[in-house]
Amino acid sequence: MKILKALMVTTAVSLALMTNAAHAENKKIALVVKALGIGFFEAANKGAQEAAKELGDVEVIYTGPTTTTAEGQIEVINSLIAQKVDAIAVSANDTDALVPALKKAMERGIKVISWDSGVAKDGRSMHLNPSSSPLIGNMIIKLAADQLPDGGDVAVLSATATSTNQNTWIAEMKKVQGNYKGINVVATVYGDDLADKSYRETQGLIQSYPNLKAIIAPTSVGIVAAAQAVEDAGKVGQINVTGLGLPSEMAGHVKAGSSKSFAIWNPIDLGYSATMIAYDLIGGAEAKPGAELKMGRMGTVKLDDNNEGAMADPFVYDAKNVEEFAKIF
Amino acid sequence: MATLLKNREILLVIAIIALVFLIALRFPGFVAPANLARVYNDTSILIILALGQMAVILTRCIDLSMAANLALSGMVAAMVNAAFPGIPIPLVILVVVALGAALGSINGLLVWKLDIPPIVVTLGTLTIYRGTIFLLSKGAWINAHQMSDAFKALPRAPLIGFPVLSWLSVLAIAAVYILMTRTPVGRAFFAVGGNPHAAVYTGIDVGRTRFLAYCLSGGLAGLSGYLWVSRYAVAYVDIAAGFELDIIAACVIGGISIAGGIGSVGGAVLGSLFLGVIKNALPVINISPFAQLAISGTVIIIAVAVNARTEKRKGRVILKKAEAV
Repeated sequence: MKILKALMVTTAVSLALMTNAAHAENKKIALVVKALGIGFFEAANKGAQEAAKELGDVEVIYTGPTTTTAEGQIEVINSLIAQKVDAIAVSANDTDALVPALKKAMERGIKVISWDSGVAKDGRSMHLNPSSSPLIGNMIIKLAADQLPDGGDVAVLSATATSTNQNTWIAEMKKVQGNYKGINVVATVYGDDLADKSYRETQGLIQSYPNLKAIIAPTSVGIVAAAQAVEDAGKVGQINVTGLGLPSEMAGHVKAGSSKSFAIWNPIDLGYSATMIAYDLIGGAEAKPGAELKMGRMGTVKLDDNNEGAMADPFVYDAKNVEEFAKIF
Repeated sequence: MATLLKNREILLVIAIIALVFLIALRFPGFVAPANLARVYNDTSILIILALGQMAVILTRCIDLSMAANLALSGMVAAMVNAAFPGIPIPLVILVVVALGAALGSINGLLVWKLDIPPIVVTLGTLTIYRGTIFLLSKGAWINAHQMSDAFKALPRAPLIGFPVLSWLSVLAIAAVYILMTRTPVGRAFFAVGGNPHAAVYTGIDVGRTRFLAYCLSGGLAGLSGYLWVSRYAVAYVDIAAGFELDIIAACVIGGISIAGGIGSVGGAVLGSLFLGVIKNALPVINISPFAQLAISGTVIIIAVAVNARTEKRKGRVILKKAEAV
């Protein structure tokens, strides 16, 4: 009975979409998020819906548990398997816990990808990272250099001296430093992701390097504290604070002028790309090392040995768009 | 001269001057008056907190929950301001001081009425207060653009050449100094810590005195909560994480005995300044971040070692004649 009903519905839908004659029915792509009601994921859904509209024959099911638990996500995934969706794109609450449920989905012919927060290799056909360390490293120095046509001294305010992410990004940044003429990285200091220490380190930078033109802080606590310290020292316009931060946290400082621009991944693009990749896989593309999958307006993503790919450069936020995104995340 | 050197405060003043001089050798800009004023301003919050901690330590207790109290009060201040930007800032401050004192009184009541060891009580409330911030904010940050301009402006507003933040700490020092030296409560703090049994016989309620000390430290933590959040223009669960250790370190460096009964307002202030100078100097003298941690730790241990030596009281001979016989 249920099958009959479903068949009738799909027939009706496909009749309504006669223009897409090539496809017999709508492809159902489930976007599973860490939890419902989080601005970042609501924005990702916005992107997924955009992709669905562009593709025409796709229905995006936006779902997730109410709290960020792996158990909740497993329940959601099981119910999606029962609904016979064509693809699941998940941002996982736990790397390993979801693997059995997702394996079951793949055995039933459902395409599974992870995005934002990945699942272990066995539980998905590919993982979409929002960006990559080389892209981030390049972006943070580019943001500083773009405001300094004549070059100048810049300093890095990191988190702790042992934080892996920040160290990797800074190392990647230093690799491409030669591409930005006249940009001179004078110091790297550590604010330990504490507001007061980051603030003090920034004051130290201002004192030690009178010709400092920019501070790059690839950490959300650091960039906010540095911006505040620059404002308090009356150096707005002289020293530009940039790096990685969230629009909601940085909106005030962009308005105050201490930060001209900063970057972080764009959740809308991420949801859009995940949907596009899922669609590409449903259409027969294979996720294997070296493969290139289509992401619509975002271009293509090339998979590495772990079947992971990076979407794009971090997205740049400035006075023009920060207010709008501050409402999202 | 010899008696002068025995005075702990004078010793600390000399140590701080020597420290500043050493730093100036590597970074001359450090001794510029404007910079010293900046260092004092940066240390103001620590000073206010150390004054509260001093009162608690004097009564043979300890308050590990101060930084968590600061964070919770700060978060409440930020949330109140974000929701009702129209409320005048002095009223917001009054609210958070009251809230901080109430949080402190919880510590005090548990120590007083249930007789639970202070370190256990405040270790418990430390996590409870941090957890409460998470429940209140759901983990979200309150950011600069959500706070009103007046809220952020107050601590940095200049008043006779110095920011209000600096003046507030001066005010706190003066108020606590008067409390400690000119009121029965202040005397009671010393008496309770010096000898609780003797204090009882003089009519002092030991539990109640400890309760009051916790209320004082809580209220000062509440005030610091507003100052911290408005100074750094951000409030989130982890602000001032681990700061309780800095506060206690400042007290210990300032010669306040963990065993209770010994200490002074001057000591707490100088201990805070000593730490503040180090914290502000480390970024400008250009040494590795790993060495920075080691230096901070070494200085504290040296200070405590010196402290322990001067504290070792020689047994007093009260029956001179009997001894002579």
